[in-house]
Amino acid sequence: MSELAHHTDNLGRGHGDSHGHGHGHGHDAHEAHGSFKGYMTGFVLSVILTAVPFWLVMESPLASPQLTAFLVVAFAAVQIVVHMIFFLHMNASSEEGWNFMAFVFTLIVVVITIAGTLWVMYHMNTNMMPQMDTMEQNEIGQQP
Amino acid sequence: MSTTVIDTRDGEVQFHLAEEPHHSEGSSTMLGFWLYLMSDCLIFAILFATYGVVGANYAAGPSPKDLFDLELVAINTAMLLFSSITYGFAMLEMARNRKSATLLWLGITGLFGLAFLGIELYEFAHLIHEGATPQRSAFLSAFFTLVGTHGLHVTFGTIWLVTLMVQVSKHGLIPANRRRLFCLSMFWHFLDVIWIGVFTFVYLLGMLR
Repeated sequence: MSELAHHTDNLGRGHGDSHGHGHGHGHDAHEAHGSFKGYMTGFVLSVILTAVPFWLVMESPLASPQLTAFLVVAFAAVQIVVHMIFFLHMNASSEEGWNFMAFVFTLIVVVITIAGTLWVMYHMNTNMMPQMDTMEQNEIGQQP
Repeated sequence: MSTTVIDTRDGEVQFHLAEEPHHSEGSSTMLGFWLYLMSDCLIFAILFATYGVVGANYAAGPSPKDLFDLELVAINTAMLLFSSITYGFAMLEMARNRKSATLLWLGITGLFGLAFLGIELYEFAHLIHEGATPQRSAFLSAFFTLVGTHGLHVTFGTIWLVTLMVQVSKHGLIPANRRRLFCLSMFWHFLDVIWIGVFTFVYLLGMLR
C-alpha cells in the first residue's frame, strides 16, 4: 500500500519514520494507516462542508442565486481536498510520486474534458440555432 | 532474437539485468489500483460533462425543482459520509490486528452502504412513478446515467465488501486480505468524493437553476 495510507499523522514526521514504526507484522512498511484523529478531523470538516451548502440552498439566506451557487461549488472543492487528504491519504511522495503524478494528469484531463465540452457545446447551441433572420439572408443571397 | 550477453572488446556488457529487481507479491497492486480509480474518474468526468451540456433540456418535462427532495439527498449524503468514517475505523482496527472489531466496522459500513442504495432506489422508483423516466427528457437521461453509474459503483463496492468480510472471517487478517481491504478502502472513499460532485452539481445547483 505504501504511502497512500500515509496520513496526516505522519505529515509532521519524516517519510522514513513511518517505515520505522511497525505494527508487529511482516508487512508494516506498506501499511501506514490513518490515525483516529485524522479520520475524525476529516469527518467533522466534511460534515460542516456538507451541511453549509445544503443550508444555503434549502433556506436560501442569500438573496443572490449566483453567489449561493459560487459558494456551493467552493465548498465542494474544499471538501474534495479534505477527502483526498484525510480519507484517501494523498500526498506528493507516495509510490515515489507516481500516485500524485497520475492524479495531476487525471485532473488535467478531467478539466479539459468538462470545461472543453461545456465551452464547445455552449457555442454550438448559441451559434448553430436555425434562426429565422439567417434563413431569410440565405434566401436573399440566392436571388441573383 | 538473442537474450544472451553481448561481448565487446571492452569486456562484458550486459544489456539486461542479471536478476529481476525484487518485488514482493502485490507491491505494485496499490499503484495499479490507484490508476484504475483515476481512469474511473474519467468515466465520471464524461458523465458530468454530458449532464452539464443537456442538464437544462427538460423537453417541457419536469425540472429539478419539481423532482428533487433535498432532505432525502441530505440523508443520503449523510449515509455515505458515515460509511466513509466507519470504513476508516475498520482500517484502524485492522492496523491493531483486531479481526472481530474490523469485521464489526466493515459490517456497519456495509449497512450504511445498503441504506444509501435503498434511499437511492426509493428516489428512482418515486421519480419513475411520477413519469420522470430516463426517456422523458435529455436532462433525465443524463441524470439517471450519472447518478445510476455512481449507484452501480456503490452496489459493486458493497458486494466486494461482503466478499472481503467472508475472506477475513475465514482466513483472518493475512497480508493478501490487508491489501484487498486497502484497495476497497480507496474505492469506497473515492465513491464518496464522486458523490460530493453529484450532490453539488446535480442536486444543489439544480435547485438553484
